[in-house]
Amino acid sequence: MGMTITEKILAQHAGVQHVEPGQLIMAGVDLALGNDVTAPIAIDEFKRHGGKEVFDKSRVVLVPDHFAPNKDIKSAVQCKILRDFAKEKGIENYFELGNMGIEHALLPETGLVAPGDLIIGADSHTCTYGAVGAFSTGVGSTDLAAAMISGKAWFKVPPSIKFVYHSSKKGKLKSWVYGKDVILFTIGEIGVDGALYKAMEFTGDVIDAMNMSERFTMCNMVIEAGGKNGIVVPDTTTVNYVNQRVKRAYTVFTSDADARYEHVYEYDLSNLKPQVAFPHLPENTKNIDEVGRIDIDQAFVGSCTNGWIEDLRIAASIVKGRKVNSNLRMIVIPATPQIYRQALKEGLIETFVDAGAVFSIPTCGPCLGGHMGVLAPGERAVATTNRNFKGRMGDLKSEVYLANPAVVAASAVLGRIGSPEELGIKG
Amino acid sequence: MIIRGNAHVFGNDIDTDVIIPARYLNTFDHDELAKHAMEGVEADFYKKVTKGDIIVGGSNFGSGSSREHAPIAIMATGISLVIARSFARIFYRNAFNIGLPLLEVNEDIDSIKTGTPLEVNLDTGLIKELLTNKVYNAAPIPEFMQELLRAGGLMNYMEKKGH
Repeated sequence: MGMTITEKILAQHAGVQHVEPGQLIMAGVDLALGNDVTAPIAIDEFKRHGGKEVFDKSRVVLVPDHFAPNKDIKSAVQCKILRDFAKEKGIENYFELGNMGIEHALLPETGLVAPGDLIIGADSHTCTYGAVGAFSTGVGSTDLAAAMISGKAWFKVPPSIKFVYHSSKKGKLKSWVYGKDVILFTIGEIGVDGALYKAMEFTGDVIDAMNMSERFTMCNMVIEAGGKNGIVVPDTTTVNYVNQRVKRAYTVFTSDADARYEHVYEYDLSNLKPQVAFPHLPENTKNIDEVGRIDIDQAFVGSCTNGWIEDLRIAASIVKGRKVNSNLRMIVIPATPQIYRQALKEGLIETFVDAGAVFSIPTCGPCLGGHMGVLAPGERAVATTNRNFKGRMGDLKSEVYLANPAVVAASAVLGRIGSPEELGIKG
Repeated sequence: MIIRGNAHVFGNDIDTDVIIPARYLNTFDHDELAKHAMEGVEADFYKKVTKGDIIVGGSNFGSGSSREHAPIAIMATGISLVIARSFARIFYRNAFNIGLPLLEVNEDIDSIKTGTPLEVNLDTGLIKELLTNKVYNAAPIPEFMQELLRAGGLMNYMEKKGH
């Protein structure tokens, strides 16, 4: 019996020839990641259990991205715990403000994640790196602490589910439809626990035609379906992306023809429309033309899901020469300093500012209701983020609608959730 | 091991943002986190918990973020066990890693109401409503998770195993 790409990576890192779904393994990790919310607990555990040195100074990554620049004194203390620990242990990949970006865009961009890697991160959206053909999954702080000491983590080998996405136009989606819509559509189909504990493997001509940022967006949100990891078998798009960034040898794994899948979902996405997930679950999806009138108070483009340069370009193309509706605020946050610089170079920042939006430094910001755009009771946001749970972006009585960057930008101009087509913009 | 406590019942898809909203993640002080446990669905939950009490959830309990603050906050209120139809996977591993037991019940547990006194045998997975003697069968805790519990969490386990 053959193996899936997920099973092959797990087997290799556990030092065995073959693994089966359900099997419990102890595997070596290539990278262990933490942020200013999760790493302080891990560092505390590390110290309490007599941790002296980290297992490999080049393989522990600390990114203070959630509440940094420090939003309050308590957050400043948390960030300081990371900074001090990084200095004390000689951790090579600690990202101070200036180099700091949202971890899940920063790691691929700086070449820290490579195909065939096994990566754990104390952040649920660590699943993002599956887009480069790595096994990558979110864990907790104690897992991070144990991995920082031992370089190992325990896993139950997940069963794999295969998703095959077709379109009649050689994998091309309709105008204003992106990877974000494909993943929202998928979550709408299978539900928020539709892939619980499972590996989601994305295939088909739609995936083949996608750029890396869209693949990152899709893998980023597998956790929203309960998935353990999302993964795309590397192709020339992947190899071109990683070869410009990764400075070490890596292994490309593929899925065997006779690999076992618990389920195969096939979708024809030729006519897929932009998707909007209604409060308070990412599975509450609707086609853009079924949304009705939803007035909004805040439009947010950013986060580890859609803070890529491609996302900013899409949003900027829509607000260019237009004005943000006077009834709302538009907030744009690039995921990393490099994306910030690129946006500056391309004139995107000027476009946003001219339109009346605010453009901010890289941070997770309002996505998790931390800072820089927290919602008041009764307020509604449309956002390119990944979760619309109750109270996610602020008060328990606020609401978040999830959408792609084109819809969020168009909504910012319209003052209600809508599509670029309503502004007469051709894709 | 036998656990006795009163049930606190919640529904499906109890996510980590309602278990402990992100605005409280700027600390990991256990007592502070306890004060805000379950705040997204029930204000002042910690005041209603007697040590040893049991949370009964629906499906996909603990979905969303990887924040270990979620099981820490629950445990710090005095909750000794969470029973649910299913758990989100990061919450699942976090709970056992810190020594909070979880039981998955593939039976209709909707009749259990908040305040119902329960007796749970963690070794067999047998759950009993003490007032009615109605019983439910949870899946036994997998061997590895039992080892984690016996060791007092992942860090002790790793130490013991010499990893």
